[in-house]
Amino acid sequence: MGDWMTVTDPESKNISQYTSETKMSPSSLYSQQVLCSSIPLSKNVHSFFSAFCTEQNIEQSISYLDQELTTFGFPSLYEESKGKETKRELNIVAVLNCMNELLVLQRKNLLAQENVETQNLKLGSDMDHLQSCYAKLKEQLETSRREMIGLQERDRQLQCKNRNLHQLLKNEKDEVQKLQNIIASRATQYNHDMKRKEREYNKLKERLHQLVMNKKDKKIAMEVLNYVGRADGKRGSWRTGKTEASFFLRNEDEMYKILLNDYEYRQKQILMENAELKKVLQQMKKEMISLLSPQKQKPRERADDSTGTVLSDVDEDAGELSRESMWDLSCETVREQLTNSIRKQWRILKSHVEKLDNQVSKVHLEGFNDEDVISRQDHEQETEKLELEIQQCKEMIKTQQQLLQQQLATTCDDDTTSLLRDCYLLEEKERLKEEWSLFKEQKKNFEKERRNFTEAAIRLGLERKAFEEERASWLKQQFLNMTTFDHQNSENVKLFSAFSGSSEQDNLTVHSRPRQKKPHSVSSGSPVCTSTLTKSLPASPCTSDFCPTRSCVSEHSSISVLNITPEETKPNQVGRECTNQKWSMASRPGSREGCYSGCSLTYTNSHLEKDDLP
Amino acid sequence: MNFSEVFKLSSLLCKFSPDGKYLASCVQYRLVVRDVNTLQILQLYTCLDQIQHIEWSADSLFILCALYKRGLVQVWSLEQPEWHCRIDEGSAGLVASCWSPDGRHILNTTEFHLRITVWSLCTKSVSYIKYPKACQQGMTFTRDGHYMALAERRDCKDYVSIFVCSDWQLLRHFDTDTQDLAGIEWAPNGCVLAVWDTCLEYKVLLYSLDGRPLSAYSAYEWSLGIKSVAWSPSSQFLAVGSYDGKSHPFLPSALSRRDEIASVPVALQTLKPVADRANPKIGIGALAFSPDNYFLATRNDNIPNAVWIWDIQKLRLFVVLEQLSPVRSFQWDPQRPRLAICTGGSKVYLWSPAGCVSVQVPGEGDFQVLSLCWHLNGDSLALLSKDHFCLCFLETEEGSVQPPDSWATTGRTCA
Repeated sequence: MGDWMTVTDPESKNISQYTSETKMSPSSLYSQQVLCSSIPLSKNVHSFFSAFCTEQNIEQSISYLDQELTTFGFPSLYEESKGKETKRELNIVAVLNCMNELLVLQRKNLLAQENVETQNLKLGSDMDHLQSCYAKLKEQLETSRREMIGLQERDRQLQCKNRNLHQLLKNEKDEVQKLQNIIASRATQYNHDMKRKEREYNKLKERLHQLVMNKKDKKIAMEVLNYVGRADGKRGSWRTGKTEASFFLRNEDEMYKILLNDYEYRQKQILMENAELKKVLQQMKKEMISLLSPQKQKPRERADDSTGTVLSDVDEDAGELSRESMWDLSCETVREQLTNSIRKQWRILKSHVEKLDNQVSKVHLEGFNDEDVISRQDHEQETEKLELEIQQCKEMIKTQQQLLQQQLATTCDDDTTSLLRDCYLLEEKERLKEEWSLFKEQKKNFEKERRNFTEAAIRLGLERKAFEEERASWLKQQFLNMTTFDHQNSENVKLFSAFSGSSEQDNLTVHSRPRQKKPHSVSSGSPVCTSTLTKSLPASPCTSDFCPTRSCVSEHSSISVLNITPEETKPNQVGRECTNQKWSMASRPGSREGCYSGCSLTYTNSHLEKDDLP
Repeated sequence: MNFSEVFKLSSLLCKFSPDGKYLASCVQYRLVVRDVNTLQILQLYTCLDQIQHIEWSADSLFILCALYKRGLVQVWSLEQPEWHCRIDEGSAGLVASCWSPDGRHILNTTEFHLRITVWSLCTKSVSYIKYPKACQQGMTFTRDGHYMALAERRDCKDYVSIFVCSDWQLLRHFDTDTQDLAGIEWAPNGCVLAVWDTCLEYKVLLYSLDGRPLSAYSAYEWSLGIKSVAWSPSSQFLAVGSYDGKSHPFLPSALSRRDEIASVPVALQTLKPVADRANPKIGIGALAFSPDNYFLATRNDNIPNAVWIWDIQKLRLFVVLEQLSPVRSFQWDPQRPRLAICTGGSKVYLWSPAGCVSVQVPGEGDFQVLSLCWHLNGDSLALLSKDHFCLCFLETEEGSVQPPDSWATTGRTCA
């Protein structure tokens, strides 16, 4: 029993109880069997009990039970006897208590059994599940193992194949090599054979030639009715050993002559092409300068530092240009200069166009009012300046008048001086009169001009606006097709003529003004128009190029203006023009007021010199 | 556009005289010379056998008729109909015959290219030039007629000899850097000689008149090379029509005066050529510059229905003319950029930058135009079929040409 206990210890108590029972009980085998199948217990138990206890063995049964119960720790079924000899009495209470306890125990056991059974079931199902899982996994393992084997097999096969292919490739390569070698050897063989055949063929040809020719073939002949003259009319000349050499030399000469002619022709063509290209380059440069120079004046006031150098470049380039066109040099340095200057101009132009683009976009944003206001301001400034000029002119005239009167008075007083000056006086008087009328006319002109100018300035504002836009768009377009120079040229002229078109019908001085206005109106701070004209002329050769007659006219007009306002013109500026040189010399002392004798002298001088002028 | 009546013709032998006054045509063994304007027969010469080749002398005074089969050349004078000349090459045979540029010498190439015989009509002298090379174009004269270049083969090497035509003296003799020279051609200015190699090697070489090599051009290797070559009239461009192994793109390459190479590879749709035959129908088979140098017309043999016209100034394709049937022949008007094309049908096609015209050749039965040639002044065009020829008069700018009275009855007008 102790062994059992240790083994069955984790199992329920009940079982151990029953097993201990079986030892004693007569029907132990049966009960064990029955107890093992625990579920149909109750009925069997009854039948068992009925079999256990009969009428005859009640006493024994009781004692047995008592024994059993006491061994299990229950109180004895018998009453506590007073003496040993007295027969022990069955204690009903104890029996009942025992029974009750047994029943309680039984119930507990049943419960425990139930629990165990459910647990068992659970475990059983778990077991089943695990088993199925296990089976599944086992299956999977099996399949993957199989797969692996399959793949391994395939791998092996592929490797095998690969090896075969490698082998094949190697074989093929060998084959190719072999074939190439064969081809090469064949080719050499072929070439060799060809050469041999050709030599044979040549030999045969030679032989045939000899045969055919040596046979004195009667058939090889020419029948001609009569020989005809040569196309050039010359007679055929017989060749001798002597003439042969000279012939050869002559032919050689002729050949070289032909070659030389061809080379010369080509050189001429290349030169022409070069000249053409040079012309195009120079034209491009000129046009670039002309395009850039009017704009130069605008940035000049805005930022002196940056444009100062550029402007000087432009001036320099203009100088260069004239020099180049004069010499038409084709040496390296000039070419370099030209290309460099073109490059420079191009850069400037590019930046300028970009700027213009920006401006155009800005203008589009700002609208038109701004520009108008500026132009009006300009115009007011201009009119002020003009008025000042007129004032100065009037003063000048007045002082001159006074001087003249003084002179006249002195001549009347002093006979000697009058005698001295008599020869001059008449002429002088006439001259002065003429000048006076001229001045008057000038004044009138000025008045007229001022009127015109006020009109023109207003128009100018609008026109300039339009012009700016047009130029911006045109410049852009020009960049798109830089090649069409002529077209551009004509456009340029048109632009300028359109610009000065309003004043076309006016007189000469007025004529020159609006044209000058263009650079002038842009530079508000510059001095009077007359001075700016002479200044702007070398800076903008294009204007003088495009309309030379007009520039000429403006020069004349500037001269006539100079007469009136000598103090306005700066001598060194005027001095740029050689024609004005003398005038500046003459007019400089004239500006000094009160210098009587010197003034009169210079006037006469100027007169004489002016007569020399064309 | 007016058409003359149809005249008989054999072997497509019909040629305008160089001065443009006469028209020579052959009917079997008869040579007929007509006035170009009236189309009346001026002379009729009878040769000994079927004529296989005719050629006018440069001064339009003589006509050469070659009878290759008989090894004979017969020369006729236009001014003196009774004058005759017969040159017999005898057993040496005859494969080619041509005039020298002065019109007083005849150069006959014997069979197997044994030699070239130079017969003079002025003197009794006969000169021989040995070792001429048998090739595509082995002999070429400068346009001014001063020099002749001849391809030669000696000791398995190619040479070029330059002769002075006035006295047939050898001026220069130099070897060329070619494997197997295929042709030579003078530039129209007479100072540059183009030499091209066999079709197995893509190579064009330029030599100066004095034999100096000027430049060499090779587009690629390991492929069939040059098929045709043409100089532009200005001598500025050399168009090289090539075979191409891959057969789709072709390279009209131009070597400019300063030997700069400008090439325009253009991919075109093509027909599949038969690759297993010799002389496959691929590559540029025909090339022609317009007289004003502005256009280049080409025909790719694997696209036989199309004529490609290239703008030479811009080196790009100008137009493609696609015909219904393979183009047989095309030729530029000598005066204007106008191209005449024939396709073996009964129509003649004219192209100019202004547009295209196709004209049906009138007549009963089909007149299959196989070949054509322009008159010198570009006003008329001879259309040749297998057995007949007719003239096509084109309207000039001033107005339509009035057909001469002689054939006014037979002349038909076509819109």
